[in-house]
Amino acid sequence: MAEFEPLIIGFACNWCTYAASDLAATARVPLPHNVRLIRVMCSGMVDPIYVLKAFEGGADGVLVAGCKYTDCHYIDGPIKCDAMVEKLRKVLHVLGLEDRFRREMISTSEGVVYTRVIEEMAEHLKKLGPSPLKSKMEALA
Amino acid sequence: MNLDNIIQQTKTYYCLECGKCTSICPIAKFDPAYSPRVMIENALLGLEDELVYNKKLFSCLTCYTCQLECPSDVDYPMFVRGARVLAQQAGEHGDYAHSGQLQSLERIMTNPVLKQNRLDWLTNEYRTSEQSDTLYFVGCSPYFEPVFEYSGVRTLNIAEASLKILNSLGIEPMVLPEERCCGHDMLWTGDVETFKKLAEHNSGLIKESGVKKIIFSCPEGYRTFKLDYPEYGFNLDCEIMHISELLAQKLETDGISFKEVKKKVTYQDPCRLGRHLGVYDAPRKVLQAIPGIELVEMEHNKEESICCGTSCFTNCDSYSKEIRAARLLEAKATGAETLITSCPKCQTHFKCAMVNKGEEKGPDVEIEVMDLVNLVADAMGG
Repeated sequence: MAEFEPLIIGFACNWCTYAASDLAATARVPLPHNVRLIRVMCSGMVDPIYVLKAFEGGADGVLVAGCKYTDCHYIDGPIKCDAMVEKLRKVLHVLGLEDRFRREMISTSEGVVYTRVIEEMAEHLKKLGPSPLKSKMEALA
Repeated sequence: MNLDNIIQQTKTYYCLECGKCTSICPIAKFDPAYSPRVMIENALLGLEDELVYNKKLFSCLTCYTCQLECPSDVDYPMFVRGARVLAQQAGEHGDYAHSGQLQSLERIMTNPVLKQNRLDWLTNEYRTSEQSDTLYFVGCSPYFEPVFEYSGVRTLNIAEASLKILNSLGIEPMVLPEERCCGHDMLWTGDVETFKKLAEHNSGLIKESGVKKIIFSCPEGYRTFKLDYPEYGFNLDCEIMHISELLAQKLETDGISFKEVKKKVTYQDPCRLGRHLGVYDAPRKVLQAIPGIELVEMEHNKEESICCGTSCFTNCDSYSKEIRAARLLEAKATGAETLITSCPKCQTHFKCAMVNKGEEKGPDVEIEVMDLVNLVADAMGG
């Protein structure tokens, strides 16, 4: 059997993290292929249901990444995101999925940081193994 | 199941179109666009699309108030439950409150290999036993806790107080670390497949554990286990009880010693416990047995009690809020300082309604809302 390659769903802020991934690509940094990025206008708009739906659909890990506190295009997006994440973590903890979730702040110029985060996350998820909800997705395929 | 079957099963064809259901319906009181009578009329005329693609179908609280008045004994809540199955099949659903998180959680919970951490709140303070023949069904409280933190509700308080009560009654219950949601919300919003998966998992676990008695602190779980699991073929062969019934029983047989709690309280009958299962007296008996407690009734009480405004976390709108505000005002008018309920969802809804009190559209009322078990646990000195 082929080695397990985790699937990460990433919610990336249009202004910072998404641009950072572009920067990494234009700088020809080898990008890990485990991530599917979903561009959102601000990390503050990510709702818990986005993350839960990603897990429900069989994602092995979920990343929510956006601007740093001082960079936000909409002033207080990261603060909103933090409040959401704090609540969500508790729910994910009860579900036993907390370890598969990560919140990061990656600014536009940090293409290298972006690739490092994805690599770290993929490595960590490989150790954890496939998500317990994966079976649902395989049944659909 | 098609519309004809639903009409046959719920005896909807007996409808006289008198409109008494609409006149007493708590939703129709505030929402002019919602009418149980029109829903039934559409079904009887064969206008299935009018029924299935109507968002208001998911507004029904399934609180059974309508059946109090219906001269033909039409089972409207069951009719709605059937129609919602058709709606789900057609890809329709209600407007989920809290962005649908709670529904998503229930679907995630259908996975049998999930490793939950649902008993983190269980400390050494509480005595549980793995050989016990009594099970305490914790239900959704560990999930509600973080979601409803904003309204100041601690649903786990209810689980903790229930265990304290059971312990001081000399019962060391079993608690299951891998139990799932009972599936109530899924069943009543028409997602029968998810309900069946959850029911199968729970009934399998319970059979394996070999318990003889299951205690609930949530009326929704109680109703689902008592009526809906057998209906769908999940027979458990267990005695199923609400904690207020257990307390009332113990009061009669052995008596329970309470310390004095000076409080004037009023009691909200949760619809699942009251109209669905007819448990009105047990919680009242328990309240009256506590010295110092003065129980006053609201204008609408027992059978006529008014629902807390939302069911299954679906279609929670401004009308739901108006129902809640009206109910809270009714509670306040009794002069009681505390509104006692025995359903975690009633408590959450009432406290949520008071979150933005004082604002333009917020209710101008404040009253302490508390679960029955919390009061009893305090009175037992636990």
